[in-house]
Order: sequence, then structure tokens, then C-alpha cells
Amino acid sequence: MIEFRDVSYSVNGVHVLAGLNLHVAHGETLVLLGRSGSGKTTTLKLVNRLVNPTSGEIRVNGERNDQTDLIRLRRGIGYVIQEVGLFPHFTVAQNIGLVPKIERWGEERVRTRVRELLQLVGLGEELAVRYPRQLSGGQRQRVGVARALGADPAILLMDEPFGALDPLTRDELQREFLLLQQRLQKTVVFVTHDLREALRLGSRIALMEAGKLVTVLTPHEFLKSSDPWASAYVHAFGDGLESAANRGSS
Amino acid sequence: MNVIRFLLQNRTQVLELTGEHLWLVGWSTLFAMLIGIPLGILIAHRKQLNKPVLAAANIIQTIPSLALFGFLLPVPWLGDRAERLAILALTLYALLPIIRNTYSGILGVDPAVLEAGKGMGLTESQLLFQVELPLAISMILSGVRVAIVISVGLATIAAAIGAGGLGEFIFRGLAMVDNRVILAGAIPAAVLALLADFGVGWVERRLKPR
Repeated sequence: MIEFRDVSYSVNGVHVLAGLNLHVAHGETLVLLGRSGSGKTTTLKLVNRLVNPTSGEIRVNGERNDQTDLIRLRRGIGYVIQEVGLFPHFTVAQNIGLVPKIERWGEERVRTRVRELLQLVGLGEELAVRYPRQLSGGQRQRVGVARALGADPAILLMDEPFGALDPLTRDELQREFLLLQQRLQKTVVFVTHDLREALRLGSRIALMEAGKLVTVLTPHEFLKSSDPWASAYVHAFGDGLESAANRGSS
Repeated sequence: MNVIRFLLQNRTQVLELTGEHLWLVGWSTLFAMLIGIPLGILIAHRKQLNKPVLAAANIIQTIPSLALFGFLLPVPWLGDRAERLAILALTLYALLPIIRNTYSGILGVDPAVLEAGKGMGLTESQLLFQVELPLAISMILSGVRVAIVISVGLATIAAAIGAGGLGEFIFRGLAMVDNRVILAGAIPAAVLALLADFGVGWVERRLKPR
């Protein structure tokens, strides 16, 4: 579904990413786990070409993403970021319906889609007419997810989407994400620095450090891994990780 | 009271000069918007251009208005008609606040909003017209407001080169050493400035994103 082949990226001679080879399979949730500056967000942005590689190629659905039309590519990929980035001058419904609308879906179809998506992310229909500033942080991120799903893309890119939320809301959204993913089977690339979140949500975890991919492991393999970076993470997060890994698969 | 009697006695001329004044301010503001807003958008997107463009607009602003009118007087086509010249000079003065506010308005749009928009596959023009401009509009309009208020004041100087407007009264009053005549020009000009400021402010509030 998504494939990185020997991808490197550097700015002003600084290597942000070097020799990345990675394959993301259809319908899986691949978590990019790493510290700030490890290159995980850059990796994510390479997929929808918010960043272009210095060398190497990225294939999306088998096609090189620099040879497909940029706008088409992006409309086929949902994008969710930590700051959400809702359009403050649009209502919730206008935010969610924007991509369908510019894709000329027709008013009635857009309205149905918005209603459907609000329900999908667990928001009441009465929120449709509100403006982003009238929502709580959790509601805002739910709208962000609904907006990314607007035109039903096969791929979702999520950059620490739950990072700025309070622990209870985060837990709630993680749980809902799992349910949603069971139903929708999107191909998801999910960036986080939180191991607990990675274990819970990921089908596989790609551990990154200093611009390099260290290893790719399933949550259970990750916990038992003898890789020094992986075990450093497990140590740092302490006890109770098993249950996180189990909840993800159950 | 004397001033009011004078204004009433000369009301046809007051209205005529006010009309001329509005004509000068209206056209110059329109031209300044047509040039300044696109230029402001351009320099917000092409960062390497912002210093030279803003510097040029700043320099224009520092030229004394009387001198600018004088400089432009010998220019062929322009110098033929004093209004043309006055409109050009007023346009130049109105540029700075409009360019600067458009520039800061567009730069003030939350980067996260732009990134999300780009990531969703909005084209550059969709991003501009659906996101950047609506979010920057009240900032841009407050630049226009400042430009209008400046122009109403500066347009009085245009009378010095024979472009008409309320400045006629002011210069005549100065020559005659008659305060009534000066005020007959100055008061309507002040009222115009206040009305324009209020009017654009009203539009600004109407267009403000909720």
C-alpha cells in the first residue's frame, strides 16, 4: 500500500532521514515510534508530499507518489495532526464536508456524508452548526478525524493526533480509534512518542532513532525484544505495558 | 456659529468640493487596494520579496506630500490634469497600510490550519480564497481604513496643485487669513474621515469570521 525505498531526506546538509526502507500493508496500523527529532513526522509527511525526499522513492498504491498528481494524491489520503488545524471560520459541518464539496459531490450527498461521519466519530448532530472554538479539545480532534475521513480515503496519516489531550479523553479516543479501525480497515500510519499508545493501537511498530529506522516489530515482539533501543523504551515506560499490547489485539 | 453660517451660505460649493474630495479619495483607495492587496498576498507567499516591497512602500510614505505633488507635476500625461496627479500621489500613500496589513493578515493565519488544508489536497488558490483571505479579511480592511483616513487628510493638499477638493477652502482661508474659510474646508474633511472610518469598520465587522 505504502512503500519507502531507500528514502533519504536532508535539509542544508543535515540528514533528517537516511536510507529508509519500509512497507505499510493494506489495512494495518503502522505506528512510527520515536523521540522528537527522530524523523517520524518527516516520514509521515513524505507520504502526502508535504516533504519531498532528497533521494529514493515512495510508492502509494504501487505508484511513485511524485509521478501522480499532487492534489489527487492528497485528496486520497486523510491527514490528522496534533494541532487539528480546523478552519476557524467554517462550522463543523463545513469543515468535514470541505473535501467532498470541492470534489463536487452535490449538496445532498455531502450532507448525508457529514451526518454519517459525525456519528462515526461519536459526535451529536447538533454540533454540526458549531464553530471550532465552541468545541472542547476532544471534540475538536474528533472533528479532525471526521474531516480526514471526509472523502473516504483508503489511507490515513495521523501525527500525534491525541498528544495534546488530557489522559481520560486520550484513552477514550484511542478506544474509539480501535473500534473505528476494526470497521473501516484503513491503512494507517500513526506517529507517536508514547509507547503505551503504540502498543495499544499499532499492528506493527516501527521504531525510529536519529533519522534511521531501528526495527519493525509487532507489539508483543516489541515487549520481548532484545534490541537496545526497544528495551530502553520498555524500561522508560515501566510496568503495565502488557495490558496495553493485549487491548490492542483483543 | 460664524463657520456654520458660512457653510450654509456656501453650501453648493461645500458640496461640490466635498464631491471632488470623495472622488480623489475613492479612486485612489480603489487603485491602492487593487495594487496593495495582491502585492501583500505575494510578499506573504514569497518571503524574499517582502523586504524590498515594504521598504519601497515605506520610502514613499516618507516623501513629504507637497514635494511628491511637485515632483509629479512635470510628468507628461499626468501633469496635464491635476486630478490624475493627485489620485496617483494618494494611491502611493495609501499603499503602505494596505500592503502591510494584507501581509500580516495572511502571515497571521495559523500554520496548523494551512498545513491541514494543504494535506487535505486544497489547491493554492482554494487555500487562498477559502482559507487565507477569509481569515485575513478584517486585518486587510483595517489597513484600508487607515489608508482612507490618511487619504482624506492628504487630499486637502491636492488643492495646492489645483486638483480641487476641500483643500481649496483651506488654502483660500490661509491666504485670506480667515479662520471661517479654513474651517469650512477642515470640518467637512474631518467628518468625511470619521464617516469613512465608521463605514469600513462596519463592513469589517460584518465580514469578520465568527
